Amino acid sequence: MNVTAIKDLLYKMADDLLIIGHRNSEWTGLGPILEEDIAFSSMAQDKIGQAGALFEILHELGEGEPDTVAFMRDANKMHCSQFVELPNGEYDFSIMRHFLFDHADQLRFEMLANSSFEPLAQVAKKIKGELKYHVFHANTWVVKLGNGSEESKARMQTALNESWNYALGMFEAGDFEKELQSENIFKGEEALKTRWMANITPFIEKANLKIPDQSTWEPILGGRKGYHTDYLQKLVEEMGEVFRLDPTAQW
Amino acid sequence: MINSLDPRIAREKINEDNTIAPLTEMDNWETYEVFHQKKRGEQHEHVGIVHAPNNEMALLFGKEQYGRRGISVNIWVVKTSNVFASDYDDADIFETVPDKQYREAGGYKVMEMINKYKKENKVK
Repeated sequence: MNVTAIKDLLYKMADDLLIIGHRNSEWTGLGPILEEDIAFSSMAQDKIGQAGALFEILHELGEGEPDTVAFMRDANKMHCSQFVELPNGEYDFSIMRHFLFDHADQLRFEMLANSSFEPLAQVAKKIKGELKYHVFHANTWVVKLGNGSEESKARMQTALNESWNYALGMFEAGDFEKELQSENIFKGEEALKTRWMANITPFIEKANLKIPDQSTWEPILGGRKGYHTDYLQKLVEEMGEVFRLDPTAQW
Repeated sequence: MINSLDPRIAREKINEDNTIAPLTEMDNWETYEVFHQKKRGEQHEHVGIVHAPNNEMALLFGKEQYGRRGISVNIWVVKTSNVFASDYDDADIFETVPDKQYREAGGYKVMEMINKYKKENKVK
């Protein structure tokens, strides 16, 4: 089995989950209402947990300790898409990102549930229900807000427009697409994107929103190869601040 | 306008003299009563309430508030306004209930007889 290709896949997934989990957790205590605050924080925690499970697999494949890998790397060593590192903005953008990201996340794991790489298939099966709930949450909010007041409709459309090219960047092709496919590990980013489009479109229609015109699509790439916005380095420093004080401390 | 780092305060657009804009529609959500079921086949038990703008959101919040730590297999949500309840002024309708213990299974003094039989016949 092509370990280099598997590691590449695991790193981008784990980093996406770690960073979106951290970003979403920034809403803790600041959410629009108490119930939603708890819900969003709880899902952010799930994301960190999912990242943790992937870092564990990486560790078994010879990479560093999960905590060290998560908290000690600088931004240029991270493989997350640029979409997840963007600041939260207001709740419209955070909910839209949650919707676009979590649909992709759910589908990616769904595809991986049949992966020939057993450890990943196991994680995928284990978190299936968690992901279903995350997507249910995202769909409910997007449809509700898209059909709300004039202001909420306009905000959601703006959030979708601003997210779109970043969201397309989630499907940046890796260096090992062919290897992953030929060994039945993962069917690839292009296949994922096609399924993602098919899944999000009905909810966007139900929300009375419009996907930006295809002529304007320009996926924002680079994240998977370590090219990031300036926001990521600041996030990484803040996230690892305590851990970096004493990396050998016992918790 | 009070300019706060806390978005919950900032978004309220509070004037310096502390007058707060009146509530508009959607500012306050209805409450839903939440019932959860621990095991398929068991009764749903009332566990509390959540604020929500619609049924689906009430389910999401109910799951989060009451199903995130304990085990649940199912959740019901019901708009509080749809619950038809007795009036506390009519609480006297229940007053003589404690006098009617014969209506409860516990009211039958049958355990004594069973224990006596068990002892006499050495049944465990």
